[in-house]
Amino acid sequence: MMPGQKNSGNLKPKHQRLVLVGLAALAIGGAAALGFSALQDTMTYFYSPSDVQTKGVEPGQSIRLGGLVAANSVQRLPDGLTLAFTVTDTANAVDVRYKGLVPDLFKEGSGVIAEGRFGPDRVFVADSLLAKHDENYMPPEVADSIKRAGEWKPAATPAQPALPATPASRSN
Amino acid sequence: MHRFANPARFLRLARLIQPWTAAAMFACFGVGLYLALVASPIDYLQRDTVRIMYIHVPAAWMAMQTYAVIAVASLVSIVWRHPLADVAARAAAPIGVAFTAICLITGSLWGKPTWGTWWVWDARLTSVLVLLFIYMGYMALWSAFDDRQRAARAAAVLALVGAVNLPIIKFSVDWWNTLHQPASILRRGGPTIDPSMLKPLAVMGLAYLFFFITVLLMRMRADLAAQRLEAAAERRVMAQEVPA
Repeated sequence: MMPGQKNSGNLKPKHQRLVLVGLAALAIGGAAALGFSALQDTMTYFYSPSDVQTKGVEPGQSIRLGGLVAANSVQRLPDGLTLAFTVTDTANAVDVRYKGLVPDLFKEGSGVIAEGRFGPDRVFVADSLLAKHDENYMPPEVADSIKRAGEWKPAATPAQPALPATPASRSN
Repeated sequence: MHRFANPARFLRLARLIQPWTAAAMFACFGVGLYLALVASPIDYLQRDTVRIMYIHVPAAWMAMQTYAVIAVASLVSIVWRHPLADVAARAAAPIGVAFTAICLITGSLWGKPTWGTWWVWDARLTSVLVLLFIYMGYMALWSAFDDRQRAARAAAVLALVGAVNLPIIKFSVDWWNTLHQPASILRRGGPTIDPSMLKPLAVMGLAYLFFFITVLLMRMRADLAAQRLEAAAERRVMAQEVPA
């Protein structure tokens, strides 16, 4: 890439331009990297239950909470409207209450992003729910045979929220 | 590098291969659309909605690939002053806008039934929207100068600066928590798409690629022809002015 190095005092114009473009690319790349690492937290679309623990989210502060709907945790409260479930990232878990329509892909073991805030009792009250799906695509027969073989990925069947951290799978 | 710098040689070559890339495009779209919309299986989770993937994902690939072509052509233009590089970069931009728009629109249509929303400001969706704006700014810059050389220089610099967005788009789903799911194909550990769905996706990807090549060649030939007409008109004006 740099043939003109011996006589760098008098580079050919095109090599001069190449060096210039290279330096500019380094500067822009560096600036972008610095900028984005400073924005790390604000660029994140949602907090996981572990982030909630470590980043100190205040009650009443409006956030998005993302994770997996824990198995056997979804239930309707006696008022018949409120949905109660647990969002987990397999290490930590948060109890959520939500009134309203749920997306089609909302179900136990799959991803969800809840928008809302913590109440004083550390229960997360959601105003809206988004379903998040993972990167796996397959026909139903394939999914069935994987489940039958007992090799369904741990991400789809998370540990119970009460359990301590298991060998963590990707939790978003 | 400069073997194809001669526009006459390029035009001969383009005329020769364009019918073949067009034929390949139509064949791939025919086979690909049949496989994607009729012959491929439904998804275990999304059912028939997954078929949007066969339009959406190749459009996203090509939106980024087209920008990469523009960035490389701009580099060649700035460093080596290759006369065809500007023509190629300028011709590719509207195709890239179309791919990006298809990606955003089909993504929105796909988001509503699966995620429950048309749009969110997560890192992946936002960075692709930024790509659309960079494309539009690039095209606007081209037409903001009367002098073609100066327009080419300014546009090439913008294209190179904008290239910083490409890795951001690609890795946005790994660097930040996003609503958009992580990569399914270009990832460590191999694709997570069943082979019965991967094949139609690959054919559709080829169809988009041949579409890009065909339209790029058409637009480059048209641009070179327009430049020749302009030059001829200028010569005529000069010739008329001299005797008077």
